[in-house]
Amino acid sequence: MNAQRLTSDAMSASIAREGQRTISAPLGHALVELAERNPDVVGLSADLAKYTDLHVFRDAMPDRFYQIGMAEQALIGAAAGLAQEGFVPFASTYSVFATRRAYDFLALDVAEAGLNVNMVCALPGLTTGYGPSHQATEDLAILRAMPDLTIVDPCDAVEIQQVVPQVAAVQGPTYTRILRGRVPAVLDEYDYEFELGRAKMLRDGADVLLISSGLMTERALEAAKELEADRVDVAVLHSSTLKPFDAETVLREVARDRLVLTLENHSVVGGLFDATAHVLVENGQARKVHPVGLPDEFLDAGALPTLNDRYGISTDMVVRKIKSLL
Amino acid sequence: MQTRNASPRIDEERLTRIRDFARGVRTSSLIQAEVQGQGYIGQALDLSDIMAVLYGDQLAYDPADPAWEDRDRCLMSMGHYALVLYAALAEAGILPKDELKTYAGDDSRLPMSAMASYTPGVEISGGSLGHGLAVANGVALGLRRKSSEAFVYNLLSDGELDEGSTWEAAAVAAHHRLDRLIAIVDFNNQQADGKSQHMLGTEPVDAKFEAFGWTARRVDGNDVEAVLNALIELRNEESERPRVLIADTKLGKGVSFLEQREKLHFMKVSDEEWDRAHDELREGHTA
Repeated sequence: MNAQRLTSDAMSASIAREGQRTISAPLGHALVELAERNPDVVGLSADLAKYTDLHVFRDAMPDRFYQIGMAEQALIGAAAGLAQEGFVPFASTYSVFATRRAYDFLALDVAEAGLNVNMVCALPGLTTGYGPSHQATEDLAILRAMPDLTIVDPCDAVEIQQVVPQVAAVQGPTYTRILRGRVPAVLDEYDYEFELGRAKMLRDGADVLLISSGLMTERALEAAKELEADRVDVAVLHSSTLKPFDAETVLREVARDRLVLTLENHSVVGGLFDATAHVLVENGQARKVHPVGLPDEFLDAGALPTLNDRYGISTDMVVRKIKSLL
Repeated sequence: MQTRNASPRIDEERLTRIRDFARGVRTSSLIQAEVQGQGYIGQALDLSDIMAVLYGDQLAYDPADPAWEDRDRCLMSMGHYALVLYAALAEAGILPKDELKTYAGDDSRLPMSAMASYTPGVEISGGSLGHGLAVANGVALGLRRKSSEAFVYNLLSDGELDEGSTWEAAAVAAHHRLDRLIAIVDFNNQQADGKSQHMLGTEPVDAKFEAFGWTARRVDGNDVEAVLNALIELRNEESERPRVLIADTKLGKGVSFLEQREKLHFMKVSDEEWDRAHDELREGHTA
């Protein structure tokens, strides 16, 4: 628990901890790298290039970047038109605006048309303390029912860099939840390679299975390490692709006799927990699964460490929860 | 193949050709509506003259290759006007005329609301109003990246001026100096619940577009010569501004009893009336 008095910096500062290994603006750099190889890649933003790391691309390739202004419907419409003409647009804004405000445009101009538009959106779930206006706690719930949309919730900078070329290669629309600024580098320690549509075991364990996505995978790995001291053997299955969801791997891992939890930086409604439950029930493998995620409510404003504890998604709270269930 | 006709010369032969095309569009629209016994026939008839100027004169396209890279793009936002678009595509030779009778039927390539994924020559999926201009911006940006000579036309209804997204898109078009984008507003003053200007006052529409940084013209949208003249002027204008034609049209234009009927968004027409409508179109043309 964090007892220290926190300033407003803690509302929106980097999610990286002091001293943690990080990579700066992984989305922006990965996009520049991709664009150097693929001349069709273009970038757009709705007045949030600087806050979604797309400014790195904008500054490196100004003639391939379009500033659309604070107009998210126009952003997605323009991205659709560019894709229709054969380009590969990456469009950035905050997750809340892309999903709540511009849903109709994403659905009809992009997804129904099957266009290769890649939405790269910052501030997923609880990654800002600004309150419900900026916290995309239900973006996955909104988007999972959209046909033909690929949805990715990467864990860290390493994965974001691998996701960028893979979503560009999808011949259809994609939505990626972006972590911005100094983003932790975690998964390179686990010999991880992102494969679209595949969940991957980062560590095996006999007692507990944690199925996680996004930044919760980092916390799952930390929790697993802490629980080693208590001789609790924890497996972590990272499922960053929410759609198409890797049912096969989830079913295989859940079939083993272990305590099962899902961990997500999203409402417990409509995200990873629901995707997991859906697969289990549909395949006749229904069993108890404990959701760790944000509550079905509008979250408080405040400092992130405080809120992470309050809503049970900090590493400490995950460890406590697992212990309480054993 | 129809090439881009940049000539400003308007003679009787050119006008006659376009008027013949318009009669064909009206007849083909009636054929489709008749199968259903009802529909957006009022709108189809009011837009027929504009569609004839576009597909019969202004647009570059290749009937044998609807996706021809150098074609002008004509994006219809108001998907429910589909039947007049299919009619124009049929008159242009992009769709077979025989197919018009499948309009809005099961498994038809011609759904009630036009969608790019269903129909050759249909550029976008319209229907959710206020989208077309936003997509047209992206198409225009893409064509500019390719150094294309093609123009982008966006057909929108006056009702779509109620949507904030139309005005967002208008600002974006001007900001990016999309001078090969020509919007055409079908101002028939009719929406689902009544007269457009009773639903939400959007006038003065031309002044609003001008204030957004566009060049605007306003003409009688059922006067073929005026529409042609305006579209040629807008295309040839030397400026970096996007362009818009506000076309005042008459719902049901060309069929007298439909013009005079109580104005409705979605019209029902009786069996005998279809014959009368066809007769009027034939007579109107020879008169």
